[in-house]
Amino acid sequence: MSKYVSGVVGFIEDDHKLLAAAKKTYAAGYREFDTISPFPIHGMDAAMGLGRSAIPWVTFFAGLTGCSFGLWFTWWTSAVNYPVNVGGKPFMSLPAFIPILFELTILFGALSSVGAMFILNGLPKVKPPVIDPDLTCSKFALFIPETETGYSPEKAESHLKSIGATDIRRVAEF
Amino acid sequence: MLGRSKLVLGDKSFKDVTEDICEPLEKLPGKPWLMMFGAAKTTLLFYFGVLFYIAYTGMGTMGVSHPIMWGTDIVTFVFWVGIGHAGTLISAILFLFRQKWRTGIARAAEAMTVFAVMTAGIFPLMHTGRPWLAFWLFPYPNQRGPLWVNFRSPLLWDVFAVSTYATVSIVFWYVGLIPDFATVRDRAKNTLRKNIYGALSMGWRGTNRNWRHYEMVYLLLAGLSTPLVLSVHTIVSFDFAVANLPGWHTTIFPPYFIAGAIFSGFAMVVTLMTLVRIGFPQIKDYITLDHLEVMNKIIMTTGMMVGYAYGSEFFIAWYSGVEFEKFAFVNRAFGPMGWSYWIMVSCNVISPQVFWFKKFRRSIPVMFVVSIIVNIGMWFERFVITMSLHRDFLPANWAVFHFKFADVGVLVGSFGMFFTLFLLFLRAFPMVSMSEVKPCLEVGRDGGGHHE
Repeated sequence: MSKYVSGVVGFIEDDHKLLAAAKKTYAAGYREFDTISPFPIHGMDAAMGLGRSAIPWVTFFAGLTGCSFGLWFTWWTSAVNYPVNVGGKPFMSLPAFIPILFELTILFGALSSVGAMFILNGLPKVKPPVIDPDLTCSKFALFIPETETGYSPEKAESHLKSIGATDIRRVAEF
Repeated sequence: MLGRSKLVLGDKSFKDVTEDICEPLEKLPGKPWLMMFGAAKTTLLFYFGVLFYIAYTGMGTMGVSHPIMWGTDIVTFVFWVGIGHAGTLISAILFLFRQKWRTGIARAAEAMTVFAVMTAGIFPLMHTGRPWLAFWLFPYPNQRGPLWVNFRSPLLWDVFAVSTYATVSIVFWYVGLIPDFATVRDRAKNTLRKNIYGALSMGWRGTNRNWRHYEMVYLLLAGLSTPLVLSVHTIVSFDFAVANLPGWHTTIFPPYFIAGAIFSGFAMVVTLMTLVRIGFPQIKDYITLDHLEVMNKIIMTTGMMVGYAYGSEFFIAWYSGVEFEKFAFVNRAFGPMGWSYWIMVSCNVISPQVFWFKKFRRSIPVMFVVSIIVNIGMWFERFVITMSLHRDFLPANWAVFHFKFADVGVLVGSFGMFFTLFLLFLRAFPMVSMSEVKPCLEVGRDGGGHHE
C-alpha cells in the first residue's frame, strides 16, 4: 500500500453516474480499479465487487480480549496478588467487577477497530499524491492503476471514454 | 404523499457546502466570535485561579463539611458528564436509527460531548483534595505492596467508565473528522495550513477501498458508543444508588439519570446551536429550524420523563413503608433546603411544557431561554440528590449546605473552560460534517425523498 502506482483517471459527473460506471468497469473485467469521491457512496462496494470489510472480526476478538483481560486482572489483583477484605465482601466479587469488564470490552473493541481501519487503509500516509484537490470537495473519479491485468494506458483511456468520463488524465503516481 | 422537508436549505451544490463550512476556518474571526472568546477566556483564567486556590489551600475552601461530605464538586461533575450524553446520542444512537437529520448537528454535538467530559473530569480530581495524586485512581504496579485499587467501589467504576467514555468519544469524533480534514487540506492555499491539516487528515484521499473500511469502523464505533453512553450515566448513578442511604438507594436511578442527561444535553445543544446560527449565518442552512424543533421535542419528552421519575420516587418512598425513605423525600421538598427542589421542578418539569406549541418550538428566543432554564434546573436536580446527605440518621448530625466562594467560582469557571474549547473548535475544525451532509443534499428536493 505504501508504494504509489501510475495509471489513468477519468472524472465522472456525479455519484449516481460513478456507481453505474464502476459497475460497467467491473463487468469489463477490471479488478484493481478504485473510485474516488468526497463521501461514501451506497452500493459502491458491491459495484466494485468488494466483500464486507473484515473489521467486525477485529472488534469481536478485541472486545473478547478486553473482557477476558478485565476478568483476569480484577481477579488477580483482588483475590491473588494482594487480597484486601473490603466490608467482608468476597475477594472475587464478580458482580461488582462487571462494570470494569464491560468498559474494558468497549475500550479494547473501539481502539482496535480504529487501529485496524488505519492499517487496512494504509494510513497514515505522509503527503500522498493527490490527483485533483476537488476530489475531496465536489468531484468524482474512477482510477485504473497499472497493476491491472493486461493494463495499457490506451485501453484504459478508451474504456473510461466508453463509460462516460468527461476528463481523462494519465497520472504518474497515485 | 407528504413531501419530506429539506435537510439542507438553499439548493446547495457540493462545492457550496464545502465553501460554507470551510469559511470560518479560512477567514479572520468576526466581532461576535472575538467578544465571546474574550469573555470565555477571561472566565477560564479566573477558573485557573479558583482551582489553584482550592488545590493550594485545601478542600475547606468549598462548602463541604460534616455531614455533607459531597458538595458541589460531585453536582457539577454529574452536570457536565450529563451534558456530554446528548452528543453521543446524536452521533451514535441516531446514526444506528438512520436518522439523516443528525448529519447537520452531529459534529458540533460531538465536540460538545468531548469538551463537556473534559470539563467534568476536573471535578472529581479536585475533590480528591490532592489532584496531583490523581493517578492513584488507576491500577498500576506500585511500591506499596502493590496495593491495588478497590474494584468493588462505584467510584472506581466511574473512573473506568468516564475515562473509557472520554477516549472513545474523542476517537469517534476524530474518525468522523478525517475526511473533512482532507477537504480542508486540499483547499489550503499556504504550506503551513496544508501541512497541519494534512497531518490531521492522515493522508486521506477518499478512495472507495478506504471508504469501505471507514464506513464499517464508523458503524462499529456507533454500535459500541451506544451501550457505552448508557453505561456511563448508569455508573454515575451507581455512585449514589449503591450507597445505603435513603433517597439514593433506588433502582430507578440509572434510567432516571440517563433521561436527565439526555434532557440537559439536548438543552445545551440548543443553546450552542442558537448561538452558532447567530455567529455564523451560513450555518442556518445546515442547522435549520426543523433541527431545532426536533430537539425541542426531545427536550420536552425527556423533561416529562424526569418529571415522571420525580413523581415515581415520591410514590415509591410512600409505598415502601420505610419511614426513613419517606422522611428523605418529604425533607427534600419541604425541608430547609426545599427551595432547591422547587427550582428543580419548575425548571425541568414546567418550563419545557411551552414546547407543546409549535410557535414556541420554532421560536429562537423562546428555545434559547428555555434551554438555559433547563440546564439550571438540571444542575439543581443533582444538587437536590446530593443534598440528601444534609439530614442523615442522627438529628445531631443535621446541617444545611452553605455555598462558599469556591463553590460558585468553579461552577462559573468551568463554563469558561467549556466555551473556550468550543469557540476554538468552531474556528479550527469544520463544524458540520461535510462528508455526511453531502449525500443528504437531495433529501426533500423535488417534493419527494431520495432514498437508496
